[in-house]
Amino acid sequence: MAMLTVEDLKIYYSTPIGHVKAVDGVSFEVKKGEVFGIAGESGCGKSTLVHSLILRKPPMIHIGGKALFKGRDLMTMDLKESKKIRYTELSIIPQYAMNALNPTKKIRDIVWDLAREHGYNNRKEIENILRERLEMVKLSSKVANMYPVELSGGMRQRATMVVSTLLNPDLLIADEVTSALDVTTQRVVIELLHHFMEEGIVKSIIFVTHDLALLDKIADRIMIMYAGKVVEIGPTEEVINEPAHPYTQLLLSALPRLGIQYKKQKLRGIPGYPISLLNPPKGCRFYTRCPHAFEKCPHVEPELIEVGRDHYASCHLLGGGNQ
Amino acid sequence: MKELLKVEHLTKIFTSGLIGGFEIRAVDDVSFSIREGEIVSLVGESGSGKTTVGKLILRLLMPTSGKLLFEGRDVIKMKKKELKQYYYRRVQAVFQDPFASFNPLHTIDKVFDFVFDSYFPELDKNERDEMIDKALLQVGLNPDQIRGKFPHQLSGGQLQRILIARALLLKPKLLIADEIVSMLDASTRIDVLNLVGDFRDKYGTSVLFVTHDLALGYYISDTTIIMYRGTIVEMGNTEKVFHNPLHPYTQMLLESVPDLNVKWEFKGIEPEKEEESVYSIHGCRYAPRCHRATEKCFRVRPELREVEKHHWVACHLYE
Amino acid sequence: MSMRETFRIALKNPKFKIGITIVFIMALIALVGPLLTPFDNMGYYPIKFGNTTFSKPTTPSLPPMSKDVVYGPEGIVNVTHYLGTDSFGRDIYAQLTYGMRSSFLVGITAGGLATILGLLIGFIAGYKGGWTDEILMMITNIMLVIPTMALLIIIAAYLPYRGVAIESIIIGLTAWPWTARAVRAQTLSLKNREFVHLARLSGLSDFKIIFTQIMPNIISYVFMVFILQFGGAILAAVGLDFIGLGPTKGMSLGIMLQQAVLWNAITLGYWWWAIPPGLVIAILITGLYFINTGLDEVFNPRLRRE
Repeated sequence: MAMLTVEDLKIYYSTPIGHVKAVDGVSFEVKKGEVFGIAGESGCGKSTLVHSLILRKPPMIHIGGKALFKGRDLMTMDLKESKKIRYTELSIIPQYAMNALNPTKKIRDIVWDLAREHGYNNRKEIENILRERLEMVKLSSKVANMYPVELSGGMRQRATMVVSTLLNPDLLIADEVTSALDVTTQRVVIELLHHFMEEGIVKSIIFVTHDLALLDKIADRIMIMYAGKVVEIGPTEEVINEPAHPYTQLLLSALPRLGIQYKKQKLRGIPGYPISLLNPPKGCRFYTRCPHAFEKCPHVEPELIEVGRDHYASCHLLGGGNQ
Repeated sequence: MKELLKVEHLTKIFTSGLIGGFEIRAVDDVSFSIREGEIVSLVGESGSGKTTVGKLILRLLMPTSGKLLFEGRDVIKMKKKELKQYYYRRVQAVFQDPFASFNPLHTIDKVFDFVFDSYFPELDKNERDEMIDKALLQVGLNPDQIRGKFPHQLSGGQLQRILIARALLLKPKLLIADEIVSMLDASTRIDVLNLVGDFRDKYGTSVLFVTHDLALGYYISDTTIIMYRGTIVEMGNTEKVFHNPLHPYTQMLLESVPDLNVKWEFKGIEPEKEEESVYSIHGCRYAPRCHRATEKCFRVRPELREVEKHHWVACHLYE
Repeated sequence: MSMRETFRIALKNPKFKIGITIVFIMALIALVGPLLTPFDNMGYYPIKFGNTTFSKPTTPSLPPMSKDVVYGPEGIVNVTHYLGTDSFGRDIYAQLTYGMRSSFLVGITAGGLATILGLLIGFIAGYKGGWTDEILMMITNIMLVIPTMALLIIIAAYLPYRGVAIESIIIGLTAWPWTARAVRAQTLSLKNREFVHLARLSGLSDFKIIFTQIMPNIISYVFMVFILQFGGAILAAVGLDFIGLGPTKGMSLGIMLQQAVLWNAITLGYWWWAIPPGLVIAILITGLYFINTGLDEVFNPRLRRE
């Protein structure tokens, strides 16, 4: 059984001027033991998607579709049950995690509060685990007695990772955890996530980022989102080396690599701007910026077509599609 | 090529608190030069002092000590009049946060008006409009969609292009580009960066590209300067620095860049230890994290030495 | 965005319109109300005997809209007590409307003084920095720590004579600290904003930068601060008046409340004495709040529902 199965999930934001269709029919699967990457630029819906799995608060509303976590639908779960599985089975390291820790409490108190809420009552045991984990992330045990403000940015990031994974959640969601970090701290964080998986502290990870190059290092499978829809999904090697969707292709070619210089070879970005999610077009959402768009594209929405082993993309150029 | 800007032993010390505080040596004895038509990337992580160097060059901050020479003239001694009439006509900047670079109460047209009022007061409204429209088209924007709008109505990419267009009006000799694409989406970054390159190709403008993104630095620059904690650790011709990194810090930086051509082996990286007063070390700033540090490294600060042509490094390993 | 444009946008904002209507109506009542009644500011009926004026009370404890008779030198005068009379036979409507005048005056004077002081001190401290900043902030912090009410009580108790002017001044002199802090914080943050840097790179003089870039971004805030100070001053005056440390002569909303409580208006059932002043204060403050929220949307374009 897959760890998480998302079927045709629709999450909209209700605003005074209408519904913003942030996530509009997304389906994917995260297996046990894999790192699943979700990539896309700002506004594509990836943050909304992962946040809806943890907590839905207005103006975010669940319009349709399911999210089956170990067989149970997260969208229809009652409040008590969702609280029970948070941190113990499903956990998130949020964006700007550095500021997510309660600044008025010491690290060990934050951890103890968390544990107590989930039924653990042996304080010594928890503190032992904390110390072990701190060592694992190469933080000294003194950190347990410090307040979050006393730590530097990178250290706080690692402390947040320890707190989020202390109770060994099965599925960990890492939401843009590296965006605000230096490149060396970023590497440390990626290595740590990898280490957590090796040690069995977490079983699967959903890694959300806008940096495709990062996913190439850590993810087993990648899903590319654009304007609330899935445009491509498949094994990392295939998506990166044989991208099928024009958006993926353009995105990859816009990434600077060590070895390409402006003087010798100019890279091109993607012209134009994403469409409004209030009134998305009937057809493909990328057609306004796609260099290969033809008459069918603005009118008919493309479906996910298999282009390789377990590799899908939704583009009319790949044939198939519906009427 | 002629030397345009010369930075000599530039130092900036920030003191926090008037009554007993501590000092931060944000920039510590930094020297380099920029030639005409050269694109230099100033690379460093947070705390490296790179943004402070940019602000010092722009005279937005006064240095604690050191010299700054532009076309041979002493920038630090310049009075307000000379700054306005001579220096800022030749040196301009684009900053990191597009939304903070505009006064939220004004339309975006205002930033052009300031330039006209100060430097082209003789032009009438029609001439001004023509120049603005031309500049906007040059950066790939449609004037009809841009003029008269407020900053919050436009995207980050559009705002940065407007700021480049503004700098374009003056055709400066030196453009300080301080992290200009870090707040933009990946798909817009390259296009904005290409604009800066075109700038240099068409008008011979030199560019100081301050960034933490090595890949972008490699893409656009001729010369690369790597900074760590206020000091220059390595600098030189971009290809040489990237293909033959000498300083241990540069090597670690390059290893950490997630590049599509390079595979990572997960072997565990040594993260930064708890914050000690790195700023008060007399020797090499990188010594506490360096695997190959010797006792000398903690005592004596290494000097920048030219190890091969157009390639300098400040490290005791190469003496 | 010129003043005219700002005004135009403000007039379209619903919250602002509600607030300004309320306050405007209240101001109108304060201005015109007293002219619609023959009674003086204390609620007495003024009777002239040659050069002297004699203040004559009428029938006490009458409910609202009662008709009454005054025996004056010219003969019998029929009067209507729109809001009734208090236990001393003084007309409530007259007291209320004259009292509103007094409250508005205190609000404007004290509020204005506090705002100007706060603005000056905060701006100078923020822009200059260094020793100036340290000293000014030390003074501000000391003032912030001292409880304002206690300070006002002590000062008021020691004054030999208390008038509306003095009351306004002492309220104004104690209310500026938090404005100063807020303005200083704004100045500090704006001073280092990139658009200020860019203005300097565009050749703007320091003077122009202060007045065209930094000030306008603060002025909008100052507007709102003044509204809050205005409301706060009125409340502070009511507080002082209520405990008997208000103006020694004259009437105000706070004094009305004080006397109503002192003479057991509610227990005796004379609700028309206690409720009107409290209601007026509440409505006025609510109106001010609406103005402020509306202005916030006007000055911060991002909050507008475009």
